[in-house]
Amino acid sequence: MPAVAWALARDLKISLRSKAELGIQLLFYVIVVTLFPLATTPERSLLAAIGPGVLWVAALLASLLSLSRLFAADHADGTLEQMALSPWPLPALVSGKIAAHWLTTGLPIVLLAPLLSAQYALERDAMWILTAALLIGTPILSLLGGIGAALTLGLRGGGTLLALLVLPLYVPILIFGAGSVDAVRAGLSAGPHLSLLGAGLLVALVGAPFAAAAAVRVALD
Amino acid sequence: MKSNGSPSAMLEGDGLAAVRGRAQLFANVGFRVDACQTLFVTGPNGSGKTTLLRMLAGLSTPTVGIIRWMGNTVAPFDARLREDVAFAGHLPALKDELSAIENLVVLAALGGEKVTTEQALLALDRVALSRQRTLPARVLSQGQRRRIGLARLALVNKPLWILDEPTTALDSDGVALLTTLLRQHLDANGCAVVATHQPLSVPRFANLALA
Repeated sequence: MPAVAWALARDLKISLRSKAELGIQLLFYVIVVTLFPLATTPERSLLAAIGPGVLWVAALLASLLSLSRLFAADHADGTLEQMALSPWPLPALVSGKIAAHWLTTGLPIVLLAPLLSAQYALERDAMWILTAALLIGTPILSLLGGIGAALTLGLRGGGTLLALLVLPLYVPILIFGAGSVDAVRAGLSAGPHLSLLGAGLLVALVGAPFAAAAAVRVALD
Repeated sequence: MKSNGSPSAMLEGDGLAAVRGRAQLFANVGFRVDACQTLFVTGPNGSGKTTLLRMLAGLSTPTVGIIRWMGNTVAPFDARLREDVAFAGHLPALKDELSAIENLVVLAALGGEKVTTEQALLALDRVALSRQRTLPARVLSQGQRRRIGLARLALVNKPLWILDEPTTALDSDGVALLTTLLRQHLDANGCAVVATHQPLSVPRFANLALA
């Protein structure tokens, strides 16, 4: 789809030219993950127990941090109007934007996860399952977040409202994502958890761009 | 859906009304725009010019009334209308991070026109911005940003132009350039709806005054 490619290429180009914003979000993720071992305990078994949950919660917060920017800048400078009036389908343009959001915020979080999980004395198996779960789960965060970001467009205090709106929706992803690692540490298979995450990803992939596009149109009216 | 609109009219509005909050902006507005014709929308500040233009572009829903494009009744974001409309509102749709030429190429592609860098360069040359082509949009003046908007209109080949206060921030050369582009557009069987306080000289036009 040329529309998806157009939006993806444009958003990536703009993100790469404003690297500071990307850096801030990643640094936030790293710092939050690092704070917990400092604040709690150096005991390895305890750290390994809380580690996956902490990484997931930090990933949710980091993803939330950048969500309000997903449509706000395009809304403010009028690009969103032009997108809605383009001959290309708006859901395709929205998909491209969400894909760019995941590539610039979700993917770095996934890539950093093996490194950061070293602070929590996670076993090798648990670490890889955690990374795999994040790889499947973070795109869902961007997709669901896209709906929230579109719904709160143009509202005063939209950022806070966005958090209240989106965080409850993130709960199932958090449960299955962190649960997959717990299963492996308990000697069970992580398969069911990862399958459910994958199913969630498919549903979000199909539905979220249409929902977000509808919300964008309402915001423009 | 075929309707009983006038046969040769490109764009028609019938009994249009807009309500914002409790205030009635306008009511019972009707007009028709034929090929090669410009409709100038005039009226004091707050009379609903922008609201009317956004309705015609398909960005917002009329409270009451019908809009027909090429004889078909169109709803907001109608695919037929999106194929044919070039809308230039108050917001320039420029990205501060991208250069003038990148902005132009990106916007033209969004409008459905795949242009090469050479074509974009020619269009920038026409609006006297070729020297600023590699500058990021953030350092351009308001008038220069407007000129990129003019270059976009010239690049994308759309039969309906909807321009909201196109002369804002333009110098006299810029206004002359706008008039030239508009005349060429009309010569090519296009039509335009322009909200303006400053009359532009085009051969065939009609006036719609909002109270």
